[in-house]
Amino acid sequence: MNKVDLAVAHQIQTNIPEFGPGDTVAVHVKVIEGDKERTQVFEGIVIKKKGKGMNATFTVRKISEGIGVERIFPLHSPRLVRIDRLRAGKIRRAKLYYLRELKGKAARITEKR
Amino acid sequence: MKGLIGQKLGMTRLFDKTGKDITVTVLQAGPCYVTEVRTKEKHGYDAVQLGFENKREKVTPKPLMGHFSKAGIKPQRIVKEFDFSDSDLSFKLGDEVKVDIFSEGDRIAVLGISKGKGFSGGVKRHHFSGGPKTHGQSDRHRAPGSLGQSSYPSRVYKGLRMAGRMGAEQVTVKNLTVVRVDPEKNLLLVKGAVPGHIKGYVLIKKQA
Repeated sequence: MNKVDLAVAHQIQTNIPEFGPGDTVAVHVKVIEGDKERTQVFEGIVIKKKGKGMNATFTVRKISEGIGVERIFPLHSPRLVRIDRLRAGKIRRAKLYYLRELKGKAARITEKR
Repeated sequence: MKGLIGQKLGMTRLFDKTGKDITVTVLQAGPCYVTEVRTKEKHGYDAVQLGFENKREKVTPKPLMGHFSKAGIKPQRIVKEFDFSDSDLSFKLGDEVKVDIFSEGDRIAVLGISKGKGFSGGVKRHHFSGGPKTHGQSDRHRAPGSLGQSSYPSRVYKGLRMAGRMGAEQVTVKNLTVVRVDPEKNLLLVKGAVPGHIKGYVLIKKQA
């Protein structure tokens, strides 16, 4: 490990479950409003995972009230309480940008068995 | 003003106590060695001369070698003076100065040599707006525009901003915040960017 990675190694999360693009996940995020704290769930399809070490992020896409919403999470953010992998998807590419052009039935991903 | 010599190692991200994402630059800060102590009585001003990074004896000129051996240390690659007179730290010849002179939350200024951009045009070098992109323009997209008036003065004024060599000059960035100090590995994590390329040498100064 180089010195830059070592400098932030103490913040690397070790209990991140295995998941990848195509999977349907529920991301439990800590939301801080003033002095109150609560957990919000963002459920959708992982369309990309990128970066290494501390700089790793993943993008989750969902359709919310007919509008496509994408949210990018830093993989090692302490605000991520939990990541549940609800469904493993069978996919043929690493970045599922093509889902942005599709909706409804066409935007489905077959489940991996 | 307290200070150290360091080296830029690279950038990454950290999360603060609330989980907020902070972009940080990782600096190798010291350890530095005191190569000379300058005093008001003898030299007319107070300063501590610090050296950073060992170098080979073979590439050190003999007079400099004498300077370093007087302090009882290996020859140093970078040697700079810092004014420690407004702090309560005092140093002797050959002392080690470590990153623990800084603490979390300190405001610092970082001096470095910026990345060289070569011969750059006015748009990049002086933020000129360039010409229109459409409406029948040809060869005017990144042109500097007028250089001045006509028959009077019949010349271009000195100091007019034009294309030329850009970068590779000393740049100071003030008011950077120290996010983390790692005294074990001699690392300093600074919020934001620092001038220069990776492995470039930087001067780190505490701000009042």
